[in-house]
Formats: sequence, structure tokens, C-alpha cells
Amino acid sequence: MWSYVFKRLLHMIPLLLGVSLLTFLLMALSPGNYFTALSQNPQISPETIAQLKAQFHLDQPWYVQYVYWFKSVLHGDFGYSMAYKIPATSLIVQRLWNTFLLSFLALIIAWGIAVPLGIWAAVKKDSWVDRSCSLFAFVGLSVPDVLLSLLALWFAATTGWFPVGGAQSALHDFLSPGQQLWDRAHHLILPAIVLAASDLAGIMRRMRSCLLDTLRAEYVTAARARGLGEGWVVYKHALRNAINPLLTIFGYSLAALLSGAFIVENIMAWPGLGRLTMEAFFAKDSYLVVDCVVMATGLLVIGNFVADLLLAWSDPRIRLK
Amino acid sequence: MNETDPIQNPTVEQPLSPWQLFWRRLKQRRFAMVGGVILIVLYLVALFAGFVAPYNYDRLDTNYSFHPPLWPKPAGFHLAIPRYEPGAGSFVYRVVPNDTKPLHFFIRGDEYKLFGLVPATIHLFGTGDEHYPVYLLGTDQFGRDVLSRLLYGSQISLSIGIIGILLSFTFGMIIGGISGYFSGWTDTVIMRLCELIMSIPALYLIISLRATFPPSMSSAQVYAMIIIILSFIGWASMARVIRGMALSLREQQFVLAARSLGQSHLRIIVRHILPNTFSYVIVAATLSVPYYILGEVVLSFLGVGIQEPNASWGNMLTAAQNTEYLRNFPWLLAPGAAIFITVLAFNFLGDGLRDAADTKSL
Amino acid sequence: MNLLEIKNLKMDFGKNADALRAVDGVSLTIGTGETVCLVGESGCGKTVTALSIARLVPTPPANYVGGEILLNGRDVLKMSNGELRSIRGGVVSYVFQEPGASLNPVFRIGNQIKESLKLHRPEKATNDEVIRLLKLVGIPAPESRIKNYPFEMSGGMQQRVMIAMALASEPKLLVADEPTTALDVTIQAQILDLLGELKQRLGMAILLITHNLGIVGDMADRVAVMYAGQIVELSPAKELLRRPLHPYTRALMASVPKLHGTAERLSAIPGNVPRIGNFPPGCRFAPRCPIAKPECSDKIPELVEVEAGRWVRCPFWKTP
Repeated sequence: MWSYVFKRLLHMIPLLLGVSLLTFLLMALSPGNYFTALSQNPQISPETIAQLKAQFHLDQPWYVQYVYWFKSVLHGDFGYSMAYKIPATSLIVQRLWNTFLLSFLALIIAWGIAVPLGIWAAVKKDSWVDRSCSLFAFVGLSVPDVLLSLLALWFAATTGWFPVGGAQSALHDFLSPGQQLWDRAHHLILPAIVLAASDLAGIMRRMRSCLLDTLRAEYVTAARARGLGEGWVVYKHALRNAINPLLTIFGYSLAALLSGAFIVENIMAWPGLGRLTMEAFFAKDSYLVVDCVVMATGLLVIGNFVADLLLAWSDPRIRLK
Repeated sequence: MNETDPIQNPTVEQPLSPWQLFWRRLKQRRFAMVGGVILIVLYLVALFAGFVAPYNYDRLDTNYSFHPPLWPKPAGFHLAIPRYEPGAGSFVYRVVPNDTKPLHFFIRGDEYKLFGLVPATIHLFGTGDEHYPVYLLGTDQFGRDVLSRLLYGSQISLSIGIIGILLSFTFGMIIGGISGYFSGWTDTVIMRLCELIMSIPALYLIISLRATFPPSMSSAQVYAMIIIILSFIGWASMARVIRGMALSLREQQFVLAARSLGQSHLRIIVRHILPNTFSYVIVAATLSVPYYILGEVVLSFLGVGIQEPNASWGNMLTAAQNTEYLRNFPWLLAPGAAIFITVLAFNFLGDGLRDAADTKSL
Repeated sequence: MNLLEIKNLKMDFGKNADALRAVDGVSLTIGTGETVCLVGESGCGKTVTALSIARLVPTPPANYVGGEILLNGRDVLKMSNGELRSIRGGVVSYVFQEPGASLNPVFRIGNQIKESLKLHRPEKATNDEVIRLLKLVGIPAPESRIKNYPFEMSGGMQQRVMIAMALASEPKLLVADEPTTALDVTIQAQILDLLGELKQRLGMAILLITHNLGIVGDMADRVAVMYAGQIVELSPAKELLRRPLHPYTRALMASVPKLHGTAERLSAIPGNVPRIGNFPPGCRFAPRCPIAKPECSDKIPELVEVEAGRWVRCPFWKTP
């Protein structure tokens, strides 16, 4: 099992390298850069601009820039954000944490609701429970993130129960620690629910179909034939096997979640990585964009890795081979 | 009776071909058929958007900015459109009593180009009078008819979905087929590339790709750019799956038989391997179109896709991001409903296709 | 009183107009310690009949429309869920065709066997008992095998484990549904030997389902031949093999390739087994029967005892 873990870890490194290279290349191909806008400004002399460009290595060919960038990243330094005028590292770390919070909470909500619902629907197949779950799943799958986010905003604005965007209120720093925690949570809930909602339907359907497939397996009939009670058969024998194929979609679920977070962050003003990416994009702050993309990819890759570990632990066929 | 005589079987069934069987199973699934019909209607309407829409997408009418949906009222055996005038407060309108104009069908109106080519002036419905506008879904902040913009936008959003899928799936099938069939170095390199592309969360990659294009381009260029970007994301996952299928199909005996008959690799891939993937591809394509449509919507929504004054479902929603607008003028969410219906229809159809192709289920 | 008495069992798939009759008036008895073989081609209803003994066929889509299944005198079809659970394993145990598929892939085999023990013989739910059972079915080095997962064993081993699990609850009747079909010929022989040996030692009754006539001679006391949902011949095994009476049985025997004598063209039964719902009127074998007469298609012949202990569903069984 440890060799498996090690191999996967080893695998992740060239992947992240490749991603950073690809993104860097894409940004390098981008016409103009941060200083293009600046150079329009008559108050800034061309010499200053040339100096700044040299400072950020933007006068070098892209592969040289990449080397500089890579070297500084290895030192944990993500460079300097030209748009924000602060070191990028602190900016990214904070936004990364926000995106992680949002995604993680959404993950828990989505799986926490979808898995029991899916089991219930499978066990009560063709009953009204099952049919309404299927319908709900269908509709849920079809509602785009964009629409859901906008509806959530509308809901928040009309009822006033939730804040409309942002991660904390303006008075946050003046609140007591307990109130601060509540403040953050209060801002986090609605975006997390919106994000979870889009993934929920898919997971529920998958859980239901996985369990139904497992219930058709011969070892389930054999277990019944041995006289085991129906509950025991379903929850111990069938479910244990049904979980495995479900774990394989964990990775996709995470990818969808991170992509979805991009939309939710931008619409509901949640200060995460996605929002930062757009801000950097508009500012043509190419290094920052690359940093964001690599970070987001890193989150995804690590998430996939965790999913693989879970799968290996759960399925002895993988663990022991 | 000799053992080798043909048997007189009292009940003989003519076996159905796989396609007939598939079609019959599909027809039994009502949701799928409903989805299919909805899609046909949507695409037909999009095709004839200029005709169905009462106005052009860029027709301004600032007297009626943010007008709520305006519906015809029955008047005898006809429908008539009442006239509205500004009321108290901004963007508030009230009906002028006893002042209506009948609603006509197939009426002459603003000029447009059907299919973008043929100039025409006949619209499906209208009053023919500027002072009695028909804004079935209300207007936006510039007084532009939401319904008309929705219809013109559907041309863009719906077509991008189909074209994007066609491009990326064709490409993905070919690459995947080659990769799986030949294995070895080609396979490893291609799969690594696919993995790379698939490791980046979709929207981050989309934005990065968008950055390589100039910020402002002509609308035709933007259209092509969106298709290129979305196809770039999409081909990788299709290639992965097709490669897996090709890998196992390659071991089948009919491939060996084809090789022994001297058929070339290309012929085998195209004639033998790929057709066996069709049932998967059709289902996957139908279920993936929504993602392409949504890709365009997000890009346009964030301001980096289809630009004003062109209408797309995405950029129409940008106005709805303003919560004040959203609260007071909820009809601005109409594009969201249109997207929802489209995605729902595709999901119904795709689900039905998948069930119909799965011969092991009922 | 017989251990098992199936009386005129009728079972459909589906309801009302769409109902397809899978089991049409099957009657069968098995006495204590007796081995009965149920023979027939795929789709004749033998598996479903066997699964019905412990009511293992899910209802829906199946439903029982007639007959009874008396296990130790009590009708299985009328039992409550609690009673059913106690007879499953306790009175009748199953061994299925695909050995790997009947074992849960994510649990160790030792634990799976112990599970059965805990349910039926809790005082014996120990590793020692598991080892004893594994030894009984001929698995070498059982102490280390306890910790294995199913995928770590060969097909033959898996089938032995399946048998061990079935025996753990000390059933009176073992139903084996084509237990050797999925195995190599040499392993087949081993498993059959094992079953025979267990039968001797434990005095267990066995219902052995197979489409392979070759097995019948070695194992069976009596044989029932099924065709299209009905039993067409019921007879002591030796008699059947020496002198089959029903045209279908005769055709089956004739189609077994012989290794001695002159090489002849393989005889096959012309035509196809009729599918459920497409049964011909009258005798279901008539369309393929070499001695069929026009009146055969009029009505379904009765199963009649024509000699001592020998039942045939064909009025023309005497025709050579």
C-alpha cells in the first residue's frame, strides 16, 4: 500500500510542473501585459516602465520568466502582485484558504445529504420517495450554477436572512471572537449551500444506482440465502461494496466543486481563488493568474489523491495488489 | 421427421435490427421524447429567431426601460396590446385604459436577416405600431425587448453547444482511438497530455485560455474563440474514455480477423473500433452539450465572452447580478430559465438515450 | 413426511396481461438424505424453482400464483419473514454457480463464514469451527486461509469456501445450482466428489441442478427433467440413464457425444427452446419432437406414473 502511495505522490509532481508550464505558456501568449495599460498613462515615463518590466523579468523570453517564477515558488515566494502591490503569497494563501473552506463545507453538505438520500431511494425503489428523489435530482442537475447563485443572491437580498456576498461584515474586526466566528459562518453558509446544491443531485443518483447494482449481485442473494436479515444484508454487505464505485467519482465531484466555486465566488463575492483569478485576469497580472491556476490545480490533485487513498483503503482488491 | 428438416415453429418473430430496437425502446421513454421535442422546438425557434422575435436585439426604447412583461389581453375574438405610460417613480408604468391596438400575426416590422443572410421584414407577431410595443418578457435597462434578445441569444448559446461538441468529440474520438489502438509511447504521451488538461479545474483553464486572446475582438472572432476554448477542454475527457474502449476492443477477435485480411490500421480504427463506441459517444455527447452551453454562458456573464450589444444568454444575465435590479425587475432572469429548460431537455434526452442503449435493463 | 414437497408450483413474472409463466405446475419431493438432480436447458425454469424453496426470488417482479412448497411440512410461500430467515441456512442452504460472485469481495472469507455461524449456531462461532469447516471441504492449510479475501483464491477454492459457508449452518437440504459449470473439468470432478462425500458423512439431502447429464449418473438417486417450465420426466437415476422414456430426455441423452463406437454426426435437437411467453399450444416439446403427432398440440399432456416411481409427460412414451 505504501508503494502505491509513494507512486501516486511521485506522479503528482510532474503533473503540477506540467500544469504550471502550460499555464505560464498560455499567459505568455497573451497579448499585452500589466504594463501595457500603464504605458498608456502619460504620467509614467517609459524609463520607469522599462525598469519595472526588467524588475519583473517581463522583458525576457517566456521560458526565462518561467525559470525565475519557478525558482521563487520553490522558495515559497509567489512573487509580487503588480496589481495589488503586495507580495502575492499572502494574498494567495488567504484566498486559497477561503476557497478551501467553501469547497470543503460544500463537499460535506453535498455528500452528507446525497448519500443517505441515495440509499433511501435505492432501498425504497419505485416508491414515492424514490420517484420524488429522482425528479428532484433531475431538476437539480439541470439548474445551472449561475442561475442558482443569482437566485440565492435574490433570496438573500429579499429576505435579509443572509448577507449578500463577502466573507465578513464591515464591522468584523470590532466583534468579539465568538461573534467573529459566527459572522464568518453566516457569510459562508449560503454560498456553500449553492455550491453543494449543484453537485448533490449527481451524487445522489450515483449512490442510488451503485447500491441498486450491488443489490443485484449474487453475493447479496447468497447472503439472504444464509438467512441474514434484510437490513444487515443492505447496510453491511451491499453498502460496503456500493461505496467503492462512488469513491471513484469523488475526484470528479471535487473537480466540479472547484469549478463551481469559481462561479459562486464571482457572483456571490466570496473572496476566494476564483475571484482572485478574475481580478488578476482583468488586471493582466499574469504571474498572479498562473499562481491561482496552479494553486487550484494543486487543490484538485491533492483531493484526487485523498480520494484514491480512501478507495485503496476501502477496497481490499486495490490495497493488496 | 428428419432431424435436419426445418422446424415449423408456430409463432415466428421477425427479429428487429439493433437500431429499430433502440428506437422502440427510446420511444417508450416519455421523458426522453419530451426532452427531444423541446429541443427540436428550441433549435427551430433559434433558427428562425429573426422571424419569431418581434424586434431586433439592439433596438433601444429608452421610454420603456425596465418595463415589466407586457401581455396581450383578449378583446372580442382577437388579442390586443394595451398601451403603457410612465407612472409615478422611476421605471414604474401603468396601463392607459381603453387604449389598445390589436395584435397581428405575420406582420411587417423591423428589417432583419433570416439565417443571417436573407433580408426580411415579416415577424411572427406584433402590432405594427411603435407606440404599442409588445414586450412579452419585459425590457432591460436600455429598453431592449428581453424576449427578442433571448431569441437572438439562443442562436449563439445553442449553436455553440452543438458545434463545440461536434468538434471536441470528433477530435477526442480520433485521438482516443489512435491512442488506445496503438498503445506504447503514443498512448503514454497522449494520455499524459489529457491528464494534464483534465487536472486543471475547468473554469480556471477556460480563463487562462481566454487570456491568450486579445481582450476585444469582433463578435465573429469571439464566437470562434469560445468554440475553440471549449473544445480544447472537452476533447481530453472524451479521448480518455475512447482510448479505454479502443484498448479493449483491440483485443477482440473481429479486429484480429480484420488484420488477417490485410486491412490497414486506419481502416480498422475507423471501420471497426470507432463504430463500436458510438452508443457511448451519442449518450455522452447529449449529456455534455449543457456543459458547453454553460461554458459560453459563464464566459459571457463574466464579461469576457460575447460582448454587447450582441445578445447571449450569458451576457443578458450580467444585469441580474445587481441585487437592486434583481429585486425590482426579476424578469431579467428569463435567460436563466431558458438555460434551465434547455439543460433539462438535454438531460431528459440523454438519460433516455442511455437507458435505451443499455440492453440489459428493462 | 418428506423433507421437501413442492406441489404444483406456479410462478409468473409480471402481472395480469403481461404475466409470463416461468414455472408451470412443478411437483417434486425430496426425502431426507436423498439426492435429486434437476436437469434441463437454460431458461427452463429450474433455477427459479430451486430459488423458490427459500423464497429467494424477488416478488416483484415474480409472483406465485399457485401451489405450495412444504419444507418439513410448513408452506414456505406463506411463511413470515422471521420464519423464512430461520429456514434459510438452518434447513436449506444454497451453493451458486459462480463461486467468486457469491462471496462478498470486500470481506475476508473467515469472517463471512463466521457470520453464518453467529446466526445459526452462535455457540460455535469461533475460528476453530471455521477451520474445521474449511478442512471438511478439503481446503489445505485452512489456518492461513481464514484471512484471505475471495479474490486471493482460485475458482475451485472459492467454490469449496461457498460449500463450507453453506454447511456452517448444518442444513438438511443443500441446493446446488450448477455448482461446477463455471469450473475446469478436473476441478468439477473434485467438487462433485466432495459433495458426494459430504452427503455420506452428514446425511444431507441434495438438490443438484445441472444441464449436464454426465453428472447425473454419479450423483443422483432420482432425476427430474424440466422443459419450458414443466417437469417432463421424473425417475430413479439409473433407470433414467438406462432407459429414458420422454422423447426430450432421449434426445438429450443422444446428443451427449460418445467416445466409443464409430464416429457419427453429432445429433442435436432441432429448433430452439421456446421462450417464456411464446409457448406452443399443447405439448411444449411437440414442435421439436421426433415422434410428435397432430393431437400432441391439442392439450398439454399430464405427468403420469407409467412404471413404479417413473413419471412421464408423454402419452407416446412407449414409441421406440
